[in-house]
This record gives sequence, structure tokens and C-alpha cells, in this order.
Amino acid sequence: MKKILYTLLFLLPLTVSASSGVKLESADIDLSDSASLERGAHHYVTYCLGCHSAKHIRYKRIAMDLELDEDEILKNVAPLGAGIYDQMHSAMNGHDAEKWFGTTPPDLSLIARIRGADWLYSYLKGFYSEPGKPTGVNNAVFKDVAMPNVFWQQQGTQEAVIKTVDGQEIITELKLAEPGQLSPQEFDHMVNDLVNFLVYVGEPVQLERQQMGKYVLFFILMFIVLAYLLKKEYWKDVH
Amino acid sequence: MKDRINQCSSWLLERFPISDLWNEHMAHYYAPKNFNIWYFFGSLALLVLVNQFITGILLTMNYKPDAKLAFDSVEYIMRDVHWGWLVRYMHSTGASAFFIVVYLHMFRGLVYGSFKQPRELIWIFGMLIFVCLMAEAFMGYLLPWGQMSYWGAQVIISLFSAIPVVGDELSLWIRGDYVVSDATLNRFFAFHVIAVPLVLLILVFLHIVALHEVGSNNPDGIEIKKNLNWKGHPIDGIPFHPYYTVKDLVGVGVFMFFFAVVIFYMPELGGYFLEHANFIPADPLKTPEHIAPVWYFTPFYAILRAVPDKFAGVIAMGGAIVVLFMLPWLDRSPVKSVRYRGGIFKKAVLLFVIAFIGLGYLGTQAATPGATTVARVLTAVYFGFFLLMPLYTRWEKTKPVPERLTEHPTLEDRIPAFLAVIDEVVAVEQTTDKSNASVTKRRPNFAGIKTVLIRFAKNLKKSLD
Repeated sequence: MKKILYTLLFLLPLTVSASSGVKLESADIDLSDSASLERGAHHYVTYCLGCHSAKHIRYKRIAMDLELDEDEILKNVAPLGAGIYDQMHSAMNGHDAEKWFGTTPPDLSLIARIRGADWLYSYLKGFYSEPGKPTGVNNAVFKDVAMPNVFWQQQGTQEAVIKTVDGQEIITELKLAEPGQLSPQEFDHMVNDLVNFLVYVGEPVQLERQQMGKYVLFFILMFIVLAYLLKKEYWKDVH
Repeated sequence: MKDRINQCSSWLLERFPISDLWNEHMAHYYAPKNFNIWYFFGSLALLVLVNQFITGILLTMNYKPDAKLAFDSVEYIMRDVHWGWLVRYMHSTGASAFFIVVYLHMFRGLVYGSFKQPRELIWIFGMLIFVCLMAEAFMGYLLPWGQMSYWGAQVIISLFSAIPVVGDELSLWIRGDYVVSDATLNRFFAFHVIAVPLVLLILVFLHIVALHEVGSNNPDGIEIKKNLNWKGHPIDGIPFHPYYTVKDLVGVGVFMFFFAVVIFYMPELGGYFLEHANFIPADPLKTPEHIAPVWYFTPFYAILRAVPDKFAGVIAMGGAIVVLFMLPWLDRSPVKSVRYRGGIFKKAVLLFVIAFIGLGYLGTQAATPGATTVARVLTAVYFGFFLLMPLYTRWEKTKPVPERLTEHPTLEDRIPAFLAVIDEVVAVEQTTDKSNASVTKRRPNFAGIKTVLIRFAKNLKKSLD
């Protein structure tokens, strides 16, 4: 038996495998910040909706959750001609997408639940120029992704600092080679708003759910107290 | 008016034995009075079963069992159906809660010898419930039609093709297609919603009927029916109702608290209750690089992967469950409860628990060579626990079993000792700050922590003898 234990103790560290190289930056998610969500929705329609639908959310729902006027959301956020009950559909069809990018851009309704906020934030900031690629860029977080850098005007051009360790090329950092229209700080804010919006779209009810939780837990605690007192009363005569 | 009600109730009682049933199974069912915390999980399993039935029925009202519509219909429930998100989370969390509760319930049976003579049949029915539950969970997991649903089903059904001669035909017959497809989804829906729940309900009924025939076991493993009072009731027994109904109510409250914490604050539970990759719609052309079943299947999945040959792996995985059925006949000890068993059994149980949890963890991870070696060792421990049981339970020296139930400190009794331990590990320092007000500072007391840990280790060692 001792032998087995020792074998286990020695083998356990071997099972801890090395995780993938790039360190993710953390996004600042605040779903109660309606202004940030509205900006994020606006960025989404401007930069993403051309290719990526978010078909599980309607403009009406966004207006309701962010407490915005329906006309306002149609004017400021939704693309021209969209109705308030419309889902966030993309104008591009799958056939064209296949031809242009080699793959259909995925629907992004649930992307935040699949990848997580930090991954999205780092990914959107992770494009760097690599002239050999069809889109001219590669991504530090998602290698060889088919998506071009849609923020190149805002972000500018990044260059990757590559170090070779054990024959493998590792990106140590991304350097801004050519500044864009926005300062790095403004750009971070922009991406953060967008990721905030994607987290909201992933599960629109989550803020409401968390706010409701404390009342439910309080109610259950009261129930436990009553049930416990009842049990004590009944069990007084059990010896 | 009162007369009318009396008339109605006597009309009913003359035609249906409600009061007999109530008395036999609740008011005059005598249960041992020394049930401890482990005895909550049976009634909690029943609670979760009811939860799964109610939320499941509500989900079917908006769910579409169609490969083209299934994924979107789940998102529709999550977003557009009033309280749909709550119903769905209650169902998905309930699935995991069911396994937590059932695993603990089974562990209770294992350590207190509840599977031993004369309760072998209760254990068999319970095991059948467990197998049904696994089938139910497996088929239910396909319904959201996400990537993990799809590829998990693909992997598990393909295991049947490892069976020689009939394997390929069999897996084709199960799927109804050459790959998991709309046909598979439809039949799994039928099984998940009607067939398996019906069987489950019948088995739960049989489980309880068999239990109430022989009476409940207890932490001392003594038959309370051996000591009867002049009325013919067990001296150490108390009526299930009201004593255990009110006690179980407290357990229900505590369970609901944890359940609600998960539902309202962490419904995915870090990807263990709802896997992240399952938010991607099923794509038959894209195999995910890492396919992991939901946590409650991972111990068995790890056993499957630990065996190099596919068919042998399937046998091992099936064997890991079959061997549980044989438990009443593998155990040769004259003593039921772990309290009066010898040290070998206690250490074996400890090793088994480590193996089971270890396998569960490894099943969620990618199969690296190191992980596979560990999984093999743990698989050997898992099977060793059961297959060597006829030997070590016969050898070991048991302790004398008392005639009557013993008293053990309850959770309430332990609170003072627990508070004393907290005092021991926290160092309190009285100082004055700049404005001369006294401030109490609390720091961890390392010397205290050390003595507590040493005492804990000593107690653990003593309890394993």
C-alpha cells in the first residue's frame, strides 16, 4: 500500500501540464454600466455586425435592459432599416463569407460564455502585422485566425517581438509600430466596452439574476432558521 | 359544513387505504433515532428528482427536439421565455446536484454497511437507479445540441462498436444513423423525457418499499428491531413522521441554500456544471480538440482511458459499475458499520475515496502519458478495493458491536469545540493606533495552526485503526 502511495506522490507533478503561452489581459467587466454597454453595442454594430450576427438578442431587449428609449437605440445603435423587434442579424450571407474568408464567421451571441471576457479582450487587442498572411495580420491569442484586424484604423499597427526558446517561436510582447486614431488608452476603453457588451449579450439576464440571488438566499436562510427551531421543538423529547 | 368534510373523508377512506399507507410509511414507520448528517441525502435525492420532473416538464414546453432547432430553442428558453433561465438552470444544476447527492448517499451505504444482509435488495434497486440516472443524464446532455453534447454522445455511442461481431451494427442501431444526427436526438429525447423517468420512478418506489420492509440501517449498524418495547415498537426507533420529516426539512433548507448559490451566482460552476464548449452549436464536421464528459462521468471515463485496448477499456468501465452491484456478496465482515470494523477496511475506504476523486479529476484533463499512468494506478486501487474485499474483510479484527444504539455528539454539540479551534489558530493583538483608540488585530497563529494540524493528523490516524 505504501508503495502505491509513493508512486502516486511521485507521479502527480508529472500530470500538471504546461498551459499555452500567451498571458491574457483582464477585461474590466461591469454590467451595471449602461453607458459602457451602449457604447459597446454601438461598436458592435459598427465593426462586427457586418460579418458576425448576434441572433439571440433583439434590439428591443437591449433597449429594455439598458433602459434606453426605443427610438434612441434604433437611431444610435441599430443599423439603418432595422426594426426594434429584429434580432441582430448580419447582412453578409454564409456563401459569400465562405468564399471571402474560407469559413463562416460565427454568431457571437454566446462567444463570451465560450471564451470568457479576458480572452476576448486580449484577442481583440492581439493582432500584429505579418505580411505573409492573406489579411496581413496574425493574432497572438488565436494563431492563424481568418479574421482581419477590424480596428486597424483605431489601434494602429502592432509588431510582435518574437523570441526563440527551444526552437519554438514565442511572442513576448506586442509593440505599437504605427499609432492609430486613438491613443492606446482610448483604444483599451473601446475594446473593453465592446467586450462588456458581449458579456451582456452572452446572458442578458445575469445582472438581474445576481441581484435576485440575495433575496432568495435571505428567504432560504429564514426558512432554515424556522425549520431548525421546529426540529428542535419536536426532538425535545427524544433521548 | 364540518359534517360534510367528515362525510367526504370517510367516503374516501372506505374506498382507499390512505391512512394505512400514511401510517405504514410515515407515522408508524420506526427509524433509528441516531441518524447523522449522512442520512439527509436519501430524502434530498427525492427532492432533486421532483425538481428534475417539474423543471423538465416546463422545459419540454419550449424545447424543440430537432437538430436544426434544438440549440436555438434552448437559447430561446434562456432569453425570451419568462423565467426560462431559472427553469433551465434549475434543471442543469439539478442534474449535477442529483449526482452529488446520490454519490454521497451511496458512500453512506458503503461505510455504514447499509448494503449488507438483510438490505441487499435495497442496494440492488439503488444501483439500478444509479445506472438509470447515468442513462438519463447522458441522454439529457445531448438535447442542448452543443459541441460537447454532440461529441460526447459520439464518443460514448462509438464505445458500443468496440464489442466484437455485433458492435458496429449495435452502435448503428442505437444512433439510428451513421453519425449522431437528428434521428439520435429524437430518440434520446423520447428516452430522456418518457422512458427512463418512468423506469426511474418505478425503481425509486421499489427502493423505498424494500427499505420499509426491512427497516433503515443506522450509523451503528445495529438492527433496532431486535430490541422492542411492550407495544412492539423498537426502543431505539422513532416514528419517521414527525421526527425525520421536520429534521429533513432542515436538510432541505441547507441544500436549497447551496443550490440557490449555484443557480444565482455561478450556474456554469467554472465549466463543470455547464461546459463552456457546449455554448457552441453542434458541428458534425469540427471535432473539439479536448472532449470531456460532465464531471459525474469522469471517474468512469478515466478508467476507460486508462486501459490501452478499447474493448478492454469498455469492459473495465462497465466492470467498475457491475462490481458495485456485487458489493453485498464481496463484503465478508460480520460487522456492518465502519465504527466497529477493523483498520484495514477503514484504510481501504480512504484509498478508494482518493482513487475515485483522483479518477474524477483525471477524467476532466487531457490524457498525457503521466496522467494515464496515475489513472492506471488509481484504476487498480478502485478495483482492488472491491475484488480484494472478500479477503481483507475476512482477515481483519472487528471491534465488539454494542447491543443498543450509541450516542455521538451532534453538529450542535460540536460547535463549542469548533469555536475553540478557531480561537487556537487566530492570534489576537490589542494595540492602540495614532488617535489612542484601541484596535484589535487578528492574525493567523502559526504555532496554533501547527498544533491543530498535528492533532487532526493524530485523530485521523487513530480513527483509521
